[in-house]
Amino acid sequence: MKSRYLRLYVYMKAIIDFIIVEKQSFQRAALLKLKSATQLPEIAGGQFANVRVDGCDKAYLRRPISIHDVDYHNNTIDLLIQEKHEGTKKLCALPVGAKLNVVLPLGNGFTMPEKDDNILLVGGGIGIAPLLYFAKTIRKDARPCVSTGVHFLLGGRTQDDLMLLDRFRNEGDVFITTNDGSMGEKGFVTEHSLWNTKKINKIYACGPMPMMKAVAKVAREKGIWCEVSLENQMACGIGACLCCVENTKEGNLCVCKEGPVFNIERLLW
Amino acid sequence: MVKTEIKLKGLTLKNPVMTASGTFGYGEEYADFVDLSELGGIIVKGTTLHHREGNPYPRMAETPMGMLNCVGLQNKGVDYFIETIYPRIRHYDTNVIVNVSGSNIDDYVAAAAKIDALDDVPAIELNVSCPNVKQGGMAFGVTCSGIEQVTKAVREVYHKHLMVKLSPNVTNIAEIALAAEAAGADSVSLINTLLGMAIDAETRKPVLSMVTGGLSGACVKPVALRMVWQVSKAVKIPVIGLGGISSATDAIEFLLAGASAIQIGTANFIDPAISGKVAKGIVEYCEKHGVEDVNELVGGLIL
Ligand SMILES: Cc1cc2nc3c(=O)[nH]c(=O)nc-3n(C[C@H](O)[C@H](O)[C@H](O)COP(=O)(O)OP(=O)(O)OC[C@H]3O[C@@H](n4cnc5c(N)ncnc54)[C@H](O)[C@@H]3O)c2cc1C
Ligand SMILES: Cc1cc2nc3c(=O)[nH]c(=O)nc-3n(C[C@H](O)[C@H](O)[C@H](O)COP(=O)(O)O)c2cc1C
Ligand code: FES
Repeated sequence: MKSRYLRLYVYMKAIIDFIIVEKQSFQRAALLKLKSATQLPEIAGGQFANVRVDGCDKAYLRRPISIHDVDYHNNTIDLLIQEKHEGTKKLCALPVGAKLNVVLPLGNGFTMPEKDDNILLVGGGIGIAPLLYFAKTIRKDARPCVSTGVHFLLGGRTQDDLMLLDRFRNEGDVFITTNDGSMGEKGFVTEHSLWNTKKINKIYACGPMPMMKAVAKVAREKGIWCEVSLENQMACGIGACLCCVENTKEGNLCVCKEGPVFNIERLLW
Repeated sequence: MVKTEIKLKGLTLKNPVMTASGTFGYGEEYADFVDLSELGGIIVKGTTLHHREGNPYPRMAETPMGMLNCVGLQNKGVDYFIETIYPRIRHYDTNVIVNVSGSNIDDYVAAAAKIDALDDVPAIELNVSCPNVKQGGMAFGVTCSGIEQVTKAVREVYHKHLMVKLSPNVTNIAEIALAAEAAGADSVSLINTLLGMAIDAETRKPVLSMVTGGLSGACVKPVALRMVWQVSKAVKIPVIGLGGISSATDAIEFLLAGASAIQIGTANFIDPAISGKVAKGIVEYCEKHGVEDVNELVGGLIL
């Protein structure tokens, strides 16, 4: 318990007016590089940002978006945003030079692996976003598990869902599944052959709920430690409103503050 | 120097800006964003006698310029508050006010009596207007006899500033306010959330787990302003205005309508630093308009 509180103090939260300095557009998504004029607070892998959507009358509340990458040297963060409805469409349509008001870093982030862990980072759809920065923080920490390597298992419906693969390949080995077989192995992430060939003792997963539940099921069957990053609807993003709760073994917990990352042992599914 | 102090019975606010219950946690959640000592007060989460798990997820729906919630008073109960949270927040350099809720009069009384014993809590806000809890809460707040009973009973055990929070889900809010005043309230705060609903046309299902929920945010401001104006004309006790306040200008409008102080709720979610900005903005308005004391603005509407 104590260490969790300690963490909340270490990661001071800030409201920052960023400027979009780079943008890469995909079919229904965009990668935004945001630059801050002030020094970035320290950010852990798996934490998220709460982004204000200006000039969109359909988006009154902020939109929670994972932190995809961080460059402390240049004070930039990357966000990988998928168009869902009006709010994210507006964000994806923003041009380079636009301002973006962001509250960050929020939530707890993934637990750092231990020495000699064999870890697998599983991402589905836009859930791949937080895994990149998390992998980088593992490397930066020079964790010995890097000796066995970081393995990504990324899944999409088609190959169009799988963006920025080069970025992931820079950080580790990338394994892929698509539902239609247009890239990698055909099927769901849980059906990939690596489950039978690789030694894994820690899984970190982020993606659509059905995918995370399927991964959690595999983890349970195989007795593998597993953390998942939940995507509950949020209003405040900082643990004040209690809108984002997940019903867990410990009762209703705020996903924005106690999560978004939970060990599956704490969850009821 | 603009004078910003607001004196209520047994409760002195360094300025008229407080934060609304259920939107500001226990203040700690906002400490990275706002200097809490720059606020007139913070009204902490709705507290009940016993632990409450609240309602199931989903508890929130976004609406045009607002949101619906059906959190349902999730909290760990008054004893947990006193043992665990109060020691952490009691020394804040601002007024820590506890929002008290219940599902029957005995529960309200028992919780209020326990908080009465806390030296560093100068006031409670009686929540008789929560639309998200089945029995009680709003049931007391929508009839004159209900609000009278609960206010009277709490008044007997609570000796400090007693603020009663009114529900807007009534036909004549001034009558309800008068009943609270007659029963011994030291002030009334309004408005709590407006009962609303959201439907997903694709699935043909309600969006919220409880089907209905409370509407808050910028969209409720005109309704709140009208009610504050009506109530402040009717009662002699001070009125605390809230509902959709998102800027210093909004706050000034509530003061002009008759509020002695204001609370900021949902706007904290959009800008976690807004409460401090509103406190500063009120001073700037006063400087610009040659107002020496914020109290001069209260009820200053020119008709
Ligand atoms: C911790 C966290 C990290 C996330 N990271 C990313 C990311 O890196 N990239 C990305 O593209 N998306 C991410 N999402 C999902 C993203 O927040 C939603 O897609 C977005 O809020 C939808 O907004 P909208 O206006 O387009 O959709 P609408 O459906 O119109 O939104 C209506 C309301 O529902 C909420 N909402 C809708 N879908 C979701 C959802 N999946 N999760 C949470 N709230 C939702 C919105 O915030 C808004 O309040 C993340 C969500 C969470 C909780
Ligand atoms: C998520 C949420 C939780 C709330 N919880 C409480 C509560 O516990 N007790 C209470 O009296 N009011 C509660 N309220 C109502 C607010 O305090 C306030 O009266 C209302 O939201 C209107 O003000 P606003 O438009 O500025 O938010 C809650 C509102 C929201 C949005
Ligand atoms: S979004 Fe408000 S508590 Fe999590």
